[in-house]
Amino acid sequence: MPSFRAAHIYALVASTKFWRGMFATLIFIAVWEIVSGIGLSRIPAPSAVALTFNDMMRDPSYWFSWYLSTKRVFAGFLVAMLVGIPLGLAMAVSRTFYGIVFPVFEVLRPIPPLAWVPAAIIFWPTQELSIDFVTFLGAFYAVVINVIDGAQTIDVRYFQAARSMGSSSWDIFRRIILPGTLPSVLVGATVGIGIAWAVVVAAEMISGGGSAGSMGGAAGGGLGFFIWNSYVGGSYTQIVVGMISIGIAGYISSALIRKAGELATPWLRDQ
Amino acid sequence: MSTLPETRQAPMMPGEPALRRSGSRKGEIHIRNVVKIYGSEESGVRAVDDCSLDVPAGEITVVVGPSGCGKTTLLNAIAGFHSITSGTIDLDGEPLCGPGRLKADPGPDRIVVFQNGALFPWKTIIENVAFGPIVQGRLSRKQGYEKARAMLAEAGLRNLEDSYPGEISSGMRRRVEIVRALMNEPKILLLDEPYRALDSLTKSVMHEALLETFDRNQVTIFFITHDLEEAIFLGHRVAIMTTRPCRPKKILTVDIPHPRDYSVLTAKRFREYLDETIAAVHEEALKAFAAGERER
Repeated sequence: MPSFRAAHIYALVASTKFWRGMFATLIFIAVWEIVSGIGLSRIPAPSAVALTFNDMMRDPSYWFSWYLSTKRVFAGFLVAMLVGIPLGLAMAVSRTFYGIVFPVFEVLRPIPPLAWVPAAIIFWPTQELSIDFVTFLGAFYAVVINVIDGAQTIDVRYFQAARSMGSSSWDIFRRIILPGTLPSVLVGATVGIGIAWAVVVAAEMISGGGSAGSMGGAAGGGLGFFIWNSYVGGSYTQIVVGMISIGIAGYISSALIRKAGELATPWLRDQ
Repeated sequence: MSTLPETRQAPMMPGEPALRRSGSRKGEIHIRNVVKIYGSEESGVRAVDDCSLDVPAGEITVVVGPSGCGKTTLLNAIAGFHSITSGTIDLDGEPLCGPGRLKADPGPDRIVVFQNGALFPWKTIIENVAFGPIVQGRLSRKQGYEKARAMLAEAGLRNLEDSYPGEISSGMRRRVEIVRALMNEPKILLLDEPYRALDSLTKSVMHEALLETFDRNQVTIFFITHDLEEAIFLGHRVAIMTTRPCRPKKILTVDIPHPRDYSVLTAKRFREYLDETIAAVHEEALKAFAAGERER
């Protein structure tokens, strides 16, 4: 529906909210420029960052960093969803299973994913897998907690109504619990992918990389390593470029999940 | 609602009898000496005590009483959502619960319409309405949808099929929910203050729609409310309950012939019934209030 989209964008651009946001962003950039310009801060000025950004856009190794980090985030995130959703549902549905698994889960959960980095590097055969694993952990807890909560807070009336109408346990699971939990799954996914980005960057910094500049060579790399390497190399504008890149990547990931969520839960539209 | 007469006989399922139900429907409930104690036998809260009540087949029996008096406990016991402590509940002579079996099995012969509504928000109206017969395996999905469409049309609820419950008004949702209940061909409908949250104008529309549905289906109705006008307007019989523990204090037979319409509300007899009920309920309300004061 292109006409709908165009109208949508037009409405956005015409809104006060949009211009207020633009204005605030411009003010922020202006203040930053001035502060850097008069030497109050060693953080590079936005104009210098913009120039570097322009250079980086033409640098394949920069895009390869994007690729590596994105791949790790989505690998960890997808496995977290695949494992976390069934686990959360099982814990919500079965008291026994909950009683067995939840205590273990609650002990492991407060351990920050980054504290797992050394153990992960030792345990997993490749560095790539260990970063994927740490990213997985970051998303995993958010997904599981939200799934449990979502399934447990489904209104009892729906179960009663379904049972009155002759539903089997399988019907109740499939037709009540699954759709009833879906909105919470999406919340877990949105939070989870945010944590996955936070974790992947730090994990890349810690685990380092053979060679950031070379493509497909040694292990490591990624946007986290890109920032770290820029820091070590003294290229301050590149640090900021890396930071902004992560912001953009995180935003795009969340937007994708939100969009998928809207499609998956048509009953929550316009509410 | 003006479309009713034409649609009455028209929608028929292949190999199915007409949607209009026969007059010989069952749905008679006998409640005998039912006790429900929440908590332990000695120190628990006695919500229902030695309660006996008959719900005659093909009639609307309305139960009124102050909030928290235990009416809903009774309904939940009939529906099979909660157990009772002792006593018996029969449906058409078959025990639902009694000695040795204190919790009835929920089933499509007794469908509840809830106070806050329980249409599944993630299913469209047609999916909601066709839910029962499809999960029971009585109808295929296609047959279920066809019947649901016919039943919705019969109730004057066309063009809502593909909406989600969140997209229609709360009054519409209640009416759809009653259609969904009827799709299960229940012997008795259990309505738990279904119109409580509605404004009085919507309520009056709901009442007329419910009475129309009743006249068309002759399904037995067990209706809980604390709105006295509603009780007398709808009910063949109105059971006024005592406050905790709950048992009938007075059973009023409302001798106004069905089908009723809103002109009944201004009739002298209606006012007399109302006065009689108000007196009885007020006494209980005072007791409930005093009991509440003591608990605080």
